[in-house]
Parts: sequence; C-alpha cells; structure tokens
Amino acid sequence: MLQIKNLHVNVGDKEVLHDINLHIDDGETHVLLGPNGSGKTTLLMTIIGFSNYTVTKGTITYNGEDVTTMHANERAKRGIGMLFQRPPTISGLKLGKMLTAISRTKQENILELAKSVHMDKFLERDINKGFSGGEIKRSEVLQLMIQNPDFVMLDEPESGVDLENISLIGTTIGKLLEKDKHLANRKKSGLVITHTGYILDYLDADKGHVMCDGQIRCHGNPREIIKEIKQRGYKECLKCRHA
Amino acid sequence: MPSRITIPELSKVDQERLAQSGIDLSMANRCGSFLQMDQDVVHAECSQEGIEVLSYSRAFEKYAWLKDYNWKLVSPDKDEVTKYVAAQKDPRGYVIIAHKGSSNILPIQACLYLGKDQIQHVHNIIIAEEGADLHIISGCMSGAQVSKGGAHYGISEFYVKKNAKISFTMIHNWSENIEVYPRSASVVEENGVFLSNYVCMQPVKKVQMYPTATLKGANSVARFSSIVIATPGSLLDLGSRAILEGVGASAELITRAITKGGTIISRGHINGKTAGTRGHLECKGLILKDGIIYAIPEIEGSVVGTELSHEAAVGKLAKDEIEYLMSRGLDEDEATATIIRGFLDVQIKGLPEALQKQIDASIDVAERSGF
Repeated sequence: MLQIKNLHVNVGDKEVLHDINLHIDDGETHVLLGPNGSGKTTLLMTIIGFSNYTVTKGTITYNGEDVTTMHANERAKRGIGMLFQRPPTISGLKLGKMLTAISRTKQENILELAKSVHMDKFLERDINKGFSGGEIKRSEVLQLMIQNPDFVMLDEPESGVDLENISLIGTTIGKLLEKDKHLANRKKSGLVITHTGYILDYLDADKGHVMCDGQIRCHGNPREIIKEIKQRGYKECLKCRHA
Repeated sequence: MPSRITIPELSKVDQERLAQSGIDLSMANRCGSFLQMDQDVVHAECSQEGIEVLSYSRAFEKYAWLKDYNWKLVSPDKDEVTKYVAAQKDPRGYVIIAHKGSSNILPIQACLYLGKDQIQHVHNIIIAEEGADLHIISGCMSGAQVSKGGAHYGISEFYVKKNAKISFTMIHNWSENIEVYPRSASVVEENGVFLSNYVCMQPVKKVQMYPTATLKGANSVARFSSIVIATPGSLLDLGSRAILEGVGASAELITRAITKGGTIISRGHINGKTAGTRGHLECKGLILKDGIIYAIPEIEGSVVGTELSHEAAVGKLAKDEIEYLMSRGLDEDEATATIIRGFLDVQIKGLPEALQKQIDASIDVAERSGF
C-alpha cells in the first residue's frame, strides 16, 4: 500500500528526515515510536503532503503511484487520511459545516456519526476552538469516519485523552482500520505514533519502528519495542543499528 | 399575504440584483414593502396588523406628532449630507411605525433603487412602540445603467421604546461609481433591543457612515454587525458607536472585513457613562490581496463599574488551515472559500431566520464569484 524509499525531508533549510525507508502492506498497522523531536510527526506531515515539508530526495509511493509531489487533497482523494495531533483552530468555521464539505456527495448521516463519538453537541462550534484534548481527538476521528481513508495515519491519538475516551477513540479507530474484520479481509492500513502504547490495546499493530534523529533505527514487534523503551529508554535505540 | 410587486421597467439583471439585495418582489416572505426608485415612491404597504409602512410625506399628513421624531436624533446641520437632505422641499423616504405590542415574523423590506446619474435622498423614521417587535431588511442598489456616477444620501432615525425591539438589516449592492452616505442614529429605551446589521459584498466607490445608538434605558441592548468586502477602488469608511447611559445597558460592535484590494476603515466607539454597563468591540480583518484595513477601535469609560473591551486583528489566510482542509479532500480553492465563509459567518443573536438566511445568501453570491 505505502512504500517510502530513501526519503530526505527539509523543514526550512534544515534536513529533518534522513534516508527513511518504510513499507506498509495492505491490512497492516505499523507503529512509529521515538523520543520527542525525533521526526515522527514530520514523517506523517510529509506523507499527508503539507507544503512546509520539502522532499529533497526519495519517493513516496501509494498503491503503486508516486505521490511525492502531489497536493494534500490529491493524496486524500487517493485514500490517505490523518488524525492530527495539533490541528489548527479555524475561527468561524463550524465543525458541522466542515463535515458537510468533506462528505460531499456521500450520504453519511453526520449527526449519527457525531453522536457515536459524543461530538453532536460540537457541530455548531468553531473547529477546535476551546476544545479539550479529548474533544480534539474525537473531532479528528469523526472527520476520518466521514473521510473513510484506506491508509490512516494517527499522530498520538491518545495524548491528552482520559482513559474512558481512549477506549472510545481506540474502538472507533479500530473499526476505521477494519480490525473487526478477519485478517484475510482486512484491506485498510495504518501508521500510528504513540508514546504510551495504550492505543495498541485497540489496534493490534503488526510492526513497530523506532525513529531517532530523523532516521528509522529499529524495527520489530511493537509491544516488545515499547516494553524495551519503558525499561531502558531511548538510549539503547540511539546505539541500535539494526535498521 | 401582500400582493406581488411588479416593476415592468426594471431589467432582468436589475431584478436579479434586487433579489441579491434581499428584495423579494413575490412578497412570499415579506409582510410589507417600501420601494423608492430614484425619487419616486412606487410602493408602500404592510399587511401586518399594528405595523404601518408609509412614505415620508404620507406619514406626516397622517400623524402630526411625527414632528417630534423628525431630525431629533440626527442634526440637520451635522454635515453637507444632512444639510442637503434637510434642504429638500419634498423629502422622500419612509416611515415605519410598529404600534404598541405589534410584531412581525416576516420582515418588512425597504428598497432604495438608484437608476439615474444623480443624488438620491431619503429620510427614514422607524419607530417601535412599547413592546413592539419590528424586523426590517433594507436593500439598497443601483441599476446597471448608472454609468457616470451617482450618490445616495440617507438619513435614518430609529426609536426603540420600552421593551421593544428593532432589527435592521441593510444589504448594499451598488456599483463602482456610486457614493453612499448614510447618516443614522437610534435611541433605545428600557429593555429595548436594537440590532443593526450591514452587509456590503459588492463593489462601490465609497461608503461613509458612523451610526450611533444611544442606550438611554436600563438594560437596553445594541448590537452592530458588519460584514464587508472591499474590491479594488472601493473605500468603505465604516463605524458604529454605542453610548451606554442606562444602568445595565450593553452593546456589541462586531465587524468582519475583507479587502481584495480596496480600503476599509473600521471605526468603533463605545462610551460607558454609567455603572453596570458593558460593551465589547471586535474587528477582524482579512487581507486577501494588497489593500488597506485600518481598524480604529475606541473604548471610553468614565465611571467605576462600566466594563468595556475590544479586540482587533488583521491578517492573512493561514496556510496550515488551508492545507488542513485539503488533507480532508478539498482542493485549494474550496478550502480557501470554506475558511473565508467561516470568517464571515457572524451568527446574529435575536435575528429572525429569514434575515439570517438573507445575509447568508449575500455571502453565497460573493462566494460564487470566488470572493
């Protein structure tokens, strides 16, 4: 589904990502771990296509098509979606109006979907204005439910969310990634950034990667990697050259 | 329901522009109408019980007491505009009186149409008597044939009595060669509410106005909302002023201003003269193409216990907001229009749905032409 080869990314004049290689197959969910500032969000923002993130070398291929230079909306149309960790506040733009704009000709019942993530009371509120951490995440999940992407990137879906809402968000994201389907029938893929690993209780991730200093340094079983990090921190990763 | 208004001499283009200015010739969603074309009053009627729509001259024939409301809030000597209108031997314009306890759900429409190269002058008096609830939409426009230039001088005096309410929504639809000089003032008595909404999305040479609301009564309220776009060559010199005199009086002055190359001067002044009064002034500006937005918010408090605030911000469209919407599948133009649409979306408390829809429709027209 997603193939990243030899990817180098600049933010401004500074190279932030160096020689990233990643392959995610249909139906797979991968986890991206790493210390703050290691480049995880930069990778996701580059894949979604924000213009501040300049690819200087390498390619991003999605379903066999080179999307490296495509605008974000073209990538979205092809099935790439993202839950943002810190989405912007848009004054005056009501969440409900944005959802209507996203849904286009799709006939989803926005109100019913909003109720399912307890966001029905927020449809007349400006997007993200005064939202709590959990409300922002539920708003993002709701947008993704309507967008219904095939490849879902999640940037710290559990940060700022209380335990009760982690369950709601996790279960909903699990459905988005077709975790309720049999493995053989699962087509949707995901790439998840997490620090705590709580979200993995709902996502059943297949592979884990550790990013340090703008490079992917390590691959392996996600739960084992998290356990390792919890015990030893990221210091070992900095030494690790398994990648 | 009042009968349909027919204006055979009006071209289809102008009829369309009338509709864009909020004028419904079918009268399906209006309870009354006043229509003045140049200096000719061609229509004045209202089917709502307790509410009268009269031409200025007819109103003074009918009610001698109207002299007590004439030039009482706006001084005839204020400036060249007021002097010009005051000097007219045959004054035009309308008088709308909502008698005690009356109310209209469907608004009254007042249309001032400028069809010739000249100065159109009007003097309007609007009175909501005790407990009355009056909603007016005023569509002001010029015809496509006004090519060399014209001007509109309009005096409006609003009287909101005890427990009464007036909402006045003015939609301007002029053209590049028209100058417009409204001179308005209102006085609001105890528990009265005055809502003044102004929408100008189309080109105009110059608009200059600074309506003033004096909140004399206890717990009286005034809200001014302006939504404007300045195209190249347009000068919009707009302001609104609230004088808080009654205990518990409050005012809100909200402006959303976009320049696409024109100049907007957004003035505002709230004067808190009595303890227990509140006022807030807000101007947000968006510069889409090089132009000028000059925000001049003034708050003036002179007693302990008045609470006044203001916020003003002028900026550009944020790239991260556009790309955020693009990442949800909207193309750049759609994302930009969606954000601008949100920026202009001022939901006005207390405004009937029909009038809010009319404001939205004006924004729709601007959106269809790519803002």
